[in-house]
Amino acid sequence: MMNRPGALLAAALCAAVPLVGGLAATDAAAQAKTSVVIGMTLEPPHLDPTAGAAAAIDEVVYANLFEGLTRIDESGAVRPALAESWEISEDGTTYRFTLREGVTFHDGASFEAEDVVFSLERIRAEGTENAQKDLYAAIESVEAEDARTVVVELSQPQGDLLWRLGWGDAVIVDPASAETNKTDPVGTGPFAFDGRVQGDLIRLTRFEDYWGEPAALERATFRFIPDAAAQVAALLAGDIDAFPNIGAPETVARFEADPRFEVAVGTTEGETILSMNHRRAPWNDVRVRRAIQHAIDRRALIDLAMIGFGTPIGSHFAPHHPAYIDLTDTAPYDPEKARELLAAAGVETPIKAVIKLPPPTYARRGGEVLAAQLKAVGIELELVPVEWGQWLAEVFRDPWDFDFTIVSHTEPLDIGIYARADYYFGYDDPDFQAHIAELEVEAEPERRQELLVEAQEMIADSQVNGFLFQLAKVGVQAAGLEGLWRNAPIQANDLTAVRWE
Amino acid sequence: MRPLLRPPTRARLARGRRHPSFAIGGALTILMLGAAALAAVWTPHPIDGVDPLARLAAPSLAHPLGADHFGRDVLSLILAGAQTSVTVGLIAVGLGLGVGAPLGLAAAMRRGRPLDAAIGRTTDLIFAFPAVLTAVLIAAVYGPGAINAIVAIGIFNIAVFARVARGAAIGVAARPFVAAAAAIGRTRAQIAVIHVAPNIAGVLIVQATIQFAVAILAEAGLSYLGLGVQPPQPSWGKMLADAQTYMFSHPLQAVFPGLAIMLAVLGLNLFGDGLRDALDPRLKTLRLG
Repeated sequence: MMNRPGALLAAALCAAVPLVGGLAATDAAAQAKTSVVIGMTLEPPHLDPTAGAAAAIDEVVYANLFEGLTRIDESGAVRPALAESWEISEDGTTYRFTLREGVTFHDGASFEAEDVVFSLERIRAEGTENAQKDLYAAIESVEAEDARTVVVELSQPQGDLLWRLGWGDAVIVDPASAETNKTDPVGTGPFAFDGRVQGDLIRLTRFEDYWGEPAALERATFRFIPDAAAQVAALLAGDIDAFPNIGAPETVARFEADPRFEVAVGTTEGETILSMNHRRAPWNDVRVRRAIQHAIDRRALIDLAMIGFGTPIGSHFAPHHPAYIDLTDTAPYDPEKARELLAAAGVETPIKAVIKLPPPTYARRGGEVLAAQLKAVGIELELVPVEWGQWLAEVFRDPWDFDFTIVSHTEPLDIGIYARADYYFGYDDPDFQAHIAELEVEAEPERRQELLVEAQEMIADSQVNGFLFQLAKVGVQAAGLEGLWRNAPIQANDLTAVRWE
Repeated sequence: MRPLLRPPTRARLARGRRHPSFAIGGALTILMLGAAALAAVWTPHPIDGVDPLARLAAPSLAHPLGADHFGRDVLSLILAGAQTSVTVGLIAVGLGLGVGAPLGLAAAMRRGRPLDAAIGRTTDLIFAFPAVLTAVLIAAVYGPGAINAIVAIGIFNIAVFARVARGAAIGVAARPFVAAAAAIGRTRAQIAVIHVAPNIAGVLIVQATIQFAVAILAEAGLSYLGLGVQPPQPSWGKMLADAQTYMFSHPLQAVFPGLAIMLAVLGLNLFGDGLRDALDPRLKTLRLG
């Protein structure tokens, strides 16, 4: 540890004379660290959060590079961002946003109401690349009343519009730079893009003209290390300051015992599920799906694949959400029951099936454990490891070539995916679709709560997929690094409050 | 007529048995083959079950080598892993021997002709890429799996055996008895099969033991990278990969699969050495000299 008066003196010098900050930084002994290296397992394919579903994009740019009208904070609450305040009409269909003043983009362009109109119109435009365009389908028109006021009209009331506008998919971009954001992102956030080495890292530097509280860090680097063992080595070597989501949960004990590191275990929005292809028999038979759920010992799965990190779920809903109900007893572990149900459904065992496993630990290891558990009831899985690109092309999109897959759905409050008949697992239930449509327009909190509870029960009763566990966020960071999120209410590595003690 | 390598007479094999590396290598190889054969019919514990209670258990009477991170018996996995290694190794080497040796023989009989050049340049091309790189390429195109691993290792072996067979056959073809056979009107094909092939068999057998070891190492390497046999089929390389993140907390996890690979490869190399010495005393003298 450095001596405190020295650090304070150095900090005072830097604050007083920003220009010599760079020189002082070379005097490491007297200088508090102002940069951080964050490790991530997956590399983002590009850096435009409005044009891709990859969580890794938001994990680099959310709140750091790009901002929306609102933002979601560590607790999951909605806070004002580029909109200073807003008024909502009585009927819930008109939102009047007052925009913040003195905001500039990283390239010097000023932020105006027209940028908001452009960004929101772009989500809804024909041929949009936006991965979450359904979230904003209720928006009917966006108009700039004056340079600081934007009016959004909805076709129907939407209880959680402000929360939806806080997603990375709805960040505000400048028309002049919108097309090049994939490679050269320009936003309004406290950090500006400072270069990328493909396959290795992305650099950010503090944006000095930021409208709000400036970031404590001068520089931030995101490094991408897919291999779990290499992640551990990089942390131990000090090459990485923090790994907010470590790939190998079994190494956590080692870091907990080491005073140089801190371990932070929190929650994510990731419902980890055994997705079943409803377009293929016999998985479209509810008895077969229920049999599979009965064959799964969730506790053993979590203990073996995730070293105990994770919470069993019985439906597609996060346990920390206020509307959550525990449905894990809908089809508890009971191999005998599973065999009976399979026989009742006329399935001849042993039956073979293909499970495609994307790279994360929960899928690859989870797949091995599930293969053992399902084999015990006569379902023999062929484990096929796939890369994410392959997974997206073969499983997530047409031709939906899979029987099973394991994936963690990390978007928050995403039970609505079960109302999309064209979604990859192909669950097509008009009753559930009507239910979600009702939820969409419901603004009254208590009724919304009821509808959410019923939605959980409906998909648990139909046993749409195998519901496994809520993914935990297991992070390891160097001691003294403060301000990283413990929980992940949205896909993000928000660095705005990160500093070294 | 004196063959390049003499057929293994009883006396020569007896000399080989006294050779320490032959004895040790032979014992290790028999152990490996025995383990593979045993695993085909029986393992102490099932290898496709998981047991949370036995997770990372230390060696005990129930689990002589402990249990892995899924609570599976390590001894059973090692035995079944031997089966995987031996199967992949035998098929890959068989492929190499079956395809490569005739090609090499043909090239030698057509020495200096376009066929020889074509085979020679093709093997050069295969050797230009390390075996693992070829395997990664095949896995990238056709997906990871046991069959692709065998094909990848097999292709490399074809090139090896083609070269070895060609070199040895050229040596044999220059001998007077081959000229005599030609003089009495034997066709080139007859000469190759009747006179040359038996005389290069010893060299090929020795080479096969070495390639067998290489194949086991390659299979372990591919499975370590996740490109070889897929779970739940056990593999020593996959076991090693799984053990990697447990190195600090449970080092034994890596020790047993590591030892298995080492002993198998060591055994085959020693056995090959001993076999060569037994089959070719001339070479031994040369080496000692």
